[in-house]
Amino acid sequence: MKRALSVVALLLIAALFALPILWLVTAPFNPKPTLGLQLAKPTLRNFEGVFRNPTAVRGLRNSLLQAAAAMLIATPVATMAAYAFSRASFPGQHTILYFLILLSSVVSGVSAMVPLYVLMQTLGLIDKHVGLVMVYVGGLLPTNMFIMKDFVDSIPRAYEEAALVDGSTPRQVLLNIAFPLCRPGMAVIAVLIFVSTWSNFLMPFILLRSASKAPASVAIYTFFNEVGIPLIGLIAAYSFIYTLPVVVLYLIVNRKFGFRFYGGIKG
Amino acid sequence: MRMQYDNPILSRRAAAVFALPTLVFIGVFLAFPALWAIYIGLTNLRLTGISAIQPRFVGFANFVSILRDSFFHNSLRITAQFVLGSALIGQLLLGLLLAVLLYNVKGPINDIVSSIVILAWIIPEVVVAYLWVAFLDYDFGLLNATRNLLGMPAVNWFFSHPVLSIIIFNTWRGTAFSMLLMGAALQTIPPSFLETADVIGASEWRKFRDIMLPLIRPHIITNAVLITIWTFNVFGPFLLTGGGPAFATDLVSIYTYRNAFKYFKLGYGSAISTIILAINLILASVYMKLARRGRA
Repeated sequence: MKRALSVVALLLIAALFALPILWLVTAPFNPKPTLGLQLAKPTLRNFEGVFRNPTAVRGLRNSLLQAAAAMLIATPVATMAAYAFSRASFPGQHTILYFLILLSSVVSGVSAMVPLYVLMQTLGLIDKHVGLVMVYVGGLLPTNMFIMKDFVDSIPRAYEEAALVDGSTPRQVLLNIAFPLCRPGMAVIAVLIFVSTWSNFLMPFILLRSASKAPASVAIYTFFNEVGIPLIGLIAAYSFIYTLPVVVLYLIVNRKFGFRFYGGIKG
Repeated sequence: MRMQYDNPILSRRAAAVFALPTLVFIGVFLAFPALWAIYIGLTNLRLTGISAIQPRFVGFANFVSILRDSFFHNSLRITAQFVLGSALIGQLLLGLLLAVLLYNVKGPINDIVSSIVILAWIIPEVVVAYLWVAFLDYDFGLLNATRNLLGMPAVNWFFSHPVLSIIIFNTWRGTAFSMLLMGAALQTIPPSFLETADVIGASEWRKFRDIMLPLIRPHIITNAVLITIWTFNVFGPFLLTGGGPAFATDLVSIYTYRNAFKYFKLGYGSAISTIILAINLILASVYMKLARRGRA
């Protein structure tokens, strides 16, 4: 009885959560898409429209470029720092960690958008992929470093200690023992970094100017016809394509590693 | 606190080299901008014109005008409603409710429900904005279509209930985090506590009030502080309403953007950033204090 009530309540809440999402899975396949919900004969024409639209394709390519670059830089950098904070002890360690947590929650995109813009302008990095990627890396490092540190903390030190006792050099320990042990954690933060960069709107919106560099999140706001009517078919299909990698990556991480709470909470 | 090891695996020198890139990135792109915001806020720097090249030091003039600006008062009031409604009432209560309900229900229903709630959380911001523009659309939107079916009149949501619209939107968007965190907190309760309560025939409500709630209270408070910071720093509603109609959803984040990048007043915008940073710092300090106590 009590379980039945819980199930009913849960399904009701889930239905309410699902309602706004329905548009995303129906409109892209609708031959005459509107903002409403219609089930018509499904078509892939809207997707053809996306791939025929140069701005749309370029947007996806830019998103991929920016997210991949941020991921390839931030993942090893965060892992090295996490390993250092987990396996070494040096003076001021706890103070540094304390300030990193504090910084990561105090300095958000919103609170830093103006100084970041001025900084990028001073460095001549406005409207440059490099500038945007650097800002992403700086913003994502604290959180992902903590997630990674929690992961390294959970690996018994005995592995490395045994190898050292057996006469391995520190270099060998790092490459042959520590790195393979860290890989699952690195995969998780790589996905998290990729997804948050891929989804970001505010930073490219402020730091980029040319339409040719705009990622998908910004490009989607240019899908209007000459008189300013939104091209709903294009927007719907584009939204679908743009969302797909995020959902797929989430499912992979969830299945392989489970959705655990790392970092943040424990500090 | 972790133990200090006498013979660390990594030498101090190696550790310094390993940590350096992270510290440099964070120093340049996170810590420095936060400090620089204070300085820029004391100048009349603009995006265009003479003050773009040669900004003048104006002291606290920006701060004085901000505190006198009725648009700032408006955006503070709206932001307070938004945080109260969508973080503390919406996400926290709904997340807690979901976590408690999911605690009793395992199996496929648990997976389906949590997946849908999490989906709302991971879909990119711009797509979410389009979903809600479509969902709340006056002529075609699913919500009004449903109301029509039930014989209720259509409502122009963004116009008649602008703040409520963005509160519901953001609750929908963010509840997953609270659900997951509260769920993790419930897992820390020893099952025997609840089994004992079952044996003596305690009601569901009493089990919740007398066992679950006191045990997970520290987590609830931590969660509340975290989502308050995040909701205060949300920019998503800009994609939904652009701050309108007539500044009705002009959150502090949108007010900052508007002044800095639409009115080209970078100095003024930076002064607002300083105020946001100060509020964030207060909230984050509360969080750190709670987190420390939790570990002790």
